[in-house]
Amino acid sequence: MITQHFPALIVVLPLMVSFIVFVVGIFRVRWCLPLVLTTLGLCVYFSVDMLYRVITEGSPIHYRLGGWEPPWGIEYVVDYLNGFVLVGISVISFFAGMYLKESIRDEALKSKMPQFYTLFLLQVTGLLGITVTGDVFNLYVLLEIASFSAYAIIAMGSRGADFAAFRYMIFGTMGACAYLLGVGYLYIATGSLNMGDLSMLLPKLYSSKTIIVGFVFLLSGIGIKMGMFPVHTWLPDSYSLAPPGVSVLLAPLFTKVGAYVLIRVMFTIFHPSFSTDIYPVTDTLSFIASIGVLFASVLALAQRDVRRMLCYLIVAEMGYIVFGVASANHYGLIGAIFHIVNDMFMMASLFIVAGVVFNETGTSDMDGFKGLHRKMPVTSFVLLIGAFSIVGVPPTCGFFSKWYLVLGMIEAGRYFSLTVLLISSLINAVLFFRLIEITYFEVKEEGAYKIGEKNTPFSFDNLSLYSLIPMVFYASMVILLGILSGTIVEHIIIYALPQAFKG
Amino acid sequence: METESPFLPVLTLIIPSFVSLLILFTGKRRPNLREFWTLAGSFAMFFSVWSMLDSVLKGRSLEYHLAFIYPDLSFSLKVDVFGMIFALLSSFLWMVVSVYSIGYMRGLNEQNQTRFFFCFAIAILGAAGVALSGNLITLYMFYEILTLSTYPLVSHKENREAIKAGRKYLVYLIGSSVFILLAMGITYHLAGTLDFVPGGLFDRGDNNGVLRFLFLLFVIGFGVKAGIMPIHEWLPSAMVAPTPVSALLHAVAVVKAGVFCVLRVILYVFGPEMVVNLGIWFFFAFFVSLTVIFANIIAINQDNLKRRLAFSTINNLAIIILGATLLTPDAMKGAYLHMFFHGFMKITLFMCAGAIYVKTHKELISEMEGIGRQMPITMAAFTVGALGLFGIPPVCGFISKWYLCMGAAKTEGIIFLLVFLLSALLDGVYFIPIIYSAFFKEVKGGRSIKGEADLSIVIPIVTTGVFSLLLTFFPDFFFRVYTLSDMAVKIVRGG
Repeated sequence: MITQHFPALIVVLPLMVSFIVFVVGIFRVRWCLPLVLTTLGLCVYFSVDMLYRVITEGSPIHYRLGGWEPPWGIEYVVDYLNGFVLVGISVISFFAGMYLKESIRDEALKSKMPQFYTLFLLQVTGLLGITVTGDVFNLYVLLEIASFSAYAIIAMGSRGADFAAFRYMIFGTMGACAYLLGVGYLYIATGSLNMGDLSMLLPKLYSSKTIIVGFVFLLSGIGIKMGMFPVHTWLPDSYSLAPPGVSVLLAPLFTKVGAYVLIRVMFTIFHPSFSTDIYPVTDTLSFIASIGVLFASVLALAQRDVRRMLCYLIVAEMGYIVFGVASANHYGLIGAIFHIVNDMFMMASLFIVAGVVFNETGTSDMDGFKGLHRKMPVTSFVLLIGAFSIVGVPPTCGFFSKWYLVLGMIEAGRYFSLTVLLISSLINAVLFFRLIEITYFEVKEEGAYKIGEKNTPFSFDNLSLYSLIPMVFYASMVILLGILSGTIVEHIIIYALPQAFKG
Repeated sequence: METESPFLPVLTLIIPSFVSLLILFTGKRRPNLREFWTLAGSFAMFFSVWSMLDSVLKGRSLEYHLAFIYPDLSFSLKVDVFGMIFALLSSFLWMVVSVYSIGYMRGLNEQNQTRFFFCFAIAILGAAGVALSGNLITLYMFYEILTLSTYPLVSHKENREAIKAGRKYLVYLIGSSVFILLAMGITYHLAGTLDFVPGGLFDRGDNNGVLRFLFLLFVIGFGVKAGIMPIHEWLPSAMVAPTPVSALLHAVAVVKAGVFCVLRVILYVFGPEMVVNLGIWFFFAFFVSLTVIFANIIAINQDNLKRRLAFSTINNLAIIILGATLLTPDAMKGAYLHMFFHGFMKITLFMCAGAIYVKTHKELISEMEGIGRQMPITMAAFTVGALGLFGIPPVCGFISKWYLCMGAAKTEGIIFLLVFLLSALLDGVYFIPIIYSAFFKEVKGGRSIKGEADLSIVIPIVTTGVFSLLLTFFPDFFFRVYTLSDMAVKIVRGG
């Protein structure tokens, strides 16, 4: 049966096609896009099917690469947690792939479309692989696949992108090194690289210094990769200067995948009690994240460039997820997991809006949004939905994850972080209503009061379907995730929690 | 109490949301059709609310679960007696104001009328949602919808002043919603539920310090919309909005939603007993009394008619909250009645101010000398509304104020009786000069425009004016609001 190979196929297929698409591109550039979309569409199908199977069967899917037994061979595992995240990643990348071609306006780059698709698919391969793998070393390999293709693809962006990509590479490599060292320490102590195996072997060794050092290395490596404060400095430059279509893929996904790995390491590989009681890092994490959220929110406020502003918001949103993880309780972790997927769609919808406006007006400055609602009603509306979600207005999905985070933080008694979260959502409100005001209102001087209504014929923003469909889809997902939040939490997220937090 | 799960509460909310979409898609190409949707929607919605009245009066509560959030938490609608009062008020007045706003917007040839009517319908959806919410989280959702949909209405004129007012409005209201979110979180953490329970949902054993803090959070959160001083500043600024907005939203729907939420929190989340136990009621009542008095004193100084009315609104909202905080049956009944009656009286006053503006473009009271001779019907209605607000018998304000005073007299805080009386006196101080100069002074400058505003403006004014009078003699007719208040008091006091 082919279905049992889905966990491997979801990684192998985009990997293979990424090379094929390069070759095809040499002969027929037109065939690239259908090929890429078919591949990504299949990934969506794989991930949805696997999540469905996990839910109906109630047990995780284990897949052994090459038939080797787990502690020795590489094992891919799909459970509620990564099944859910996988669906998010594959769906976002499908629509980002659709938008990619539209977003490239530079003639010189247009001739390099096949190369773009190759890097794009490698990127997706890496992200899906990180999520699906059950092996800490394999995770490192896929992390580097994702990172290296990211460095290359970011460097193709606008002026200064090459420098940003270089800086990203230095930071990213440091992160990868730290992660690999951490893996090394765990391997020295246990002799195993399999996550499930590690989680069985480690509890006996919790007092060992080796394990603690390994744990710290793992956390700092992941911290750099997910853009956690204070090692986030690579993020704003690289995501805001990357080609717009690329930031739609990278910005929502890469950091969230990092957050997923953080949850895996803290609560699957290590027992939750390790990071709460034996070696209490949650307080520190929560404190650092609080400072980071404040810092990022204030910096976001200082930006005139919309894409840079969104980048700082990502740093803040990562802080939210860390809040949830560091609460280390039932509600906090529901909030964190739910926010991973919610934030993917929120950020995707905002980045695609920023990208579309950037391409239409040639600037991503806030002034580019002036009076946008007449020219581009759909884009403005998507902006509105994304903004409401970030601010946390029900029934958009951002409210629900924030609600669980707040509950979790109250339960954990982290009032400082809670205050920061609330202040930051106020700052978000200021940020976005400033943008909405520019978009929807045309300030007139006193006396120049226009009478009557302007007649502008309604059009779908003069955009092609390749940008319109992803945009509308992301926005509708933001609302849909909100409306279905009860079902999602009840049927997926509750089961994704570690045993200790199920209560 | 029997529970049904019928479709009517949902229908009540579907109508305005559907209407808003129809308005949006009809757009400016066919303005007549667009206005028809507004009218049809408002009538249908009132009818839908009104047809729930019967089962509410029989003591049944209609419940409907919209969507689950967590196994024991859901968005749910529940029509109870208290919610019914507010739903009746806002849906009936939407009907009246729809007619008025069509006349007003066309009379002034305003811009962006489609957006105006669209947001108006959404705002009513929010107000009705607040009224029909079955728990705090649903309440919060509609409360936010109400806030966000009103923002474009405040900034409608798109000049600097309007944009600034809109910003201020958002800063206050979004800022306060954070407090509500936090308060909801703490409530859920302590009580494990967010449902409204008459008489409160906390145990006596809960930590009093935390509960006091929680009360403070709720009061700051919802109090902004209710215009409790010193967090009322947005309301006078928001008066730059077109008059129908000021009339319906900033005299009735939005601010009353704030009051409604504060009362919900006092009576259905904390419960009268808990409020007394915590020892906060006296402080809170005292604090609100300050708003009652100061709002009126400030109002005396305002020359802009709409601003004066805005401060009068702040005063009356505080009176309602004060009444409910006194917790005696009479005072509570007075508060419920005043919530309803004040809506009719104040909307009359605002619509009169708008009519004067449409006809003469005058906004300042000092310019309005002799206006009563030019527009006798409008100013007659104005007189009715104003008399009602300071509690002169043939207008319905008398009844509610009577109950409030009776209630205050029966508490140990008899000082609040003085507050009510002083506030009524001050009401007189700033309304009587307007009426006097309108009818008995000569028109300045000699240029006199005879005649009333358009019929679609005059009819709503007369309607609400007549209702204000009718409700005095038959407080229970049609809306059954007297019976409803009676029942609401009994439910909260558990008798």
